[in-house]
Amino acid sequence: MPEVLKAPLAVEFPFTRSLGPVQSAFLTGLRERVVLGVRTGDGQILVPPVEYDPVTAEEIRDLVEVAPAGTVTTWAWNHEPRRGQPLDTPFAWVLVRLDGADTALLHALDVPGPDAVRTGMRVRVRWAATRQGAITDIACFEPYEGRPAEPAQPAGHTGQFADPITGIVAAARLDYTYSPGRAQSAYIHALSDRRTVGERCPSCHKVYVPPRGACPTCGVATSEQVEVGPRGTVTTYCIVNIKARNLDIEVPYVYAHIALDGAGLALHGRIGGIPYDQVRMGLRVEPVWTEGARYPDHYRPTGEPDADYDVYKELL
Amino acid sequence: MRDIALVAFAQTDHRRSSDELSEVEMLMPVLHDVLAQTGLQTSDIGFTCSGSSDYLAGRAFSFTLALDGVGAWPPISESHVEMDGAWALYEAWTKLLTGEADTALVYAYGKSSPGSVRDVLTRQLDPYYVAPLWPDSVALAALQAQALIDAGDTDEPALASVAARSRAEATANSHAQLRGSVPHGDYLVRPLRTGDCPPIGDGAAAVILAAGERARELCARPAWIRGIDHRIEAHGLGVRDLTDSPSARLAAEKAGAFERPVDTAELHAPFSSQEVVLRKALRLGDDVRVNPSGGALAANPIMAAGLIRIGEAAAAVHRGESDRALAHATSGPCLQQNLVAVLEGDPL
Ligand SMILES: [Zn+2]
Repeated sequence: MPEVLKAPLAVEFPFTRSLGPVQSAFLTGLRERVVLGVRTGDGQILVPPVEYDPVTAEEIRDLVEVAPAGTVTTWAWNHEPRRGQPLDTPFAWVLVRLDGADTALLHALDVPGPDAVRTGMRVRVRWAATRQGAITDIACFEPYEGRPAEPAQPAGHTGQFADPITGIVAAARLDYTYSPGRAQSAYIHALSDRRTVGERCPSCHKVYVPPRGACPTCGVATSEQVEVGPRGTVTTYCIVNIKARNLDIEVPYVYAHIALDGAGLALHGRIGGIPYDQVRMGLRVEPVWTEGARYPDHYRPTGEPDADYDVYKELL
Repeated sequence: MRDIALVAFAQTDHRRSSDELSEVEMLMPVLHDVLAQTGLQTSDIGFTCSGSSDYLAGRAFSFTLALDGVGAWPPISESHVEMDGAWALYEAWTKLLTGEADTALVYAYGKSSPGSVRDVLTRQLDPYYVAPLWPDSVALAALQAQALIDAGDTDEPALASVAARSRAEATANSHAQLRGSVPHGDYLVRPLRTGDCPPIGDGAAAVILAAGERARELCARPAWIRGIDHRIEAHGLGVRDLTDSPSARLAAEKAGAFERPVDTAELHAPFSSQEVVLRKALRLGDDVRVNPSGGALAANPIMAAGLIRIGEAAAAVHRGESDRALAHATSGPCLQQNLVAVLEGDPL
């Protein structure tokens, strides 16, 4: 069996998310070094605040300001920080109940080692030097000896700020090593020799190109390799009149389904070497390779007589 | 209500990496296995439902490629959940209850090997307040473990014994990834050591459900689903009491788990500390055999591990080793979402 192919695959997405009134007030508040919570129907104060009561599902908007200091309710020592985490030196993950709040906020605590953290310890917010209205405006927490004010009675807050933020961009990147598996690896390997291989279904005998290791009609595994083409027949086509961005092909051009000889279904490809308005169903074509390419650049007419409709009608 | 049973179960050997196989290539043998167990063809199946995740695969609509494995032509009645296959099973169960189908094929698969599963799972967290901090799955489980230790519910040696018992049980499970004596290891995120954490691996599972007499035709001792329910906690970690799982308890109650004792429990507890939470929430006494398969500490193919718990519980009923089994599946950080099913065999 030929070597299974692998390649790096990075998936990156800047999700743009809009904020509701409570989230907007909370994140804008962080920008202004103010921590806001929300009061639920039964008088609990949630920090970070949410827009719906976790118990009753009632909409809640009654904002209050809580202290930027609080108590660790639980922790975990993270000796190997990972990409994107708040600190790049070893730190403790902590849930912190800020003074005045009834629930805890997740963040990082900057302490030298696990012996310097315990449940119940006092901590306070260390603000990021530049703040933009995001949870990362809290750079981390740090130890703090101060006691909570008595009684810790949070004051109401309008949640009104100048220039409130209304959305965040949640950037994310995940890295993978993609492998297409056995069947598609074999297909790509063959293409490097300018050959096209499919796989025949043992049940319905259809030849799949490119093969994916299964017959979707019968739901059985395919493994018998079959070389198809290189010539084929145009089964259907369309004329593309709009130039795609970053595509160096003059319009109009023809994009076609091409049933390679011996294949049980059609591939798609561009037709060249013939005026676009002379392409037709049944046209016999062959692949055109360019130097160093990993797949045919396009297909051109072979000059053979057109195929009879009956020969390819099952492949439309 | 119609009686619905799980009549066949199959799973792959779970491995750290299966990069020679595409998802559908990994999945196909277990699909063929459950079909062969029942003598059914794909065209006989009334409803098909699957569970998997695009984030694990790193590709959009990745489940559509796996559909090749179930013969999606002529058009079949099919659905997908972007969750563990246990939730796909729940959907299939409701479909059979409607009477619109008599049999269902449920499958789930996940390949964690192409990416970094600890990073991938951060993307299921609250995107406003939590995900931007990239707290990984082990870190969140470690916070829960420390909360349990602080509450006096467990300690590090007790957690180690949970892990050791799971891997010892797994010696009898040829599909498991970690079997026998496994070093407890260094801290991954304190207080959790590598031994407290599940192996990262690739795998797939499939089950077949059938209603009423159809189940008896297909299986000598069907595992009747007496009840199944799923519940969720508040998404804010700091809103929850991490030492408890009221959602698991409520799901169990609604599934009828507390009406009579169970003899076996398959718990989806990827971290040793989560078994402590679940034993308490599900009121499992010491006389209940917990995770005879080795559980998720022995093999945890993400998206399939919960379905495997239900499959293992059902297989124990099929073999006559259990008369009444509880199966549990979880999803999300720190046991955020919980599904409980109660399975029974006919009297032997
Ligand atoms: Zn076929």
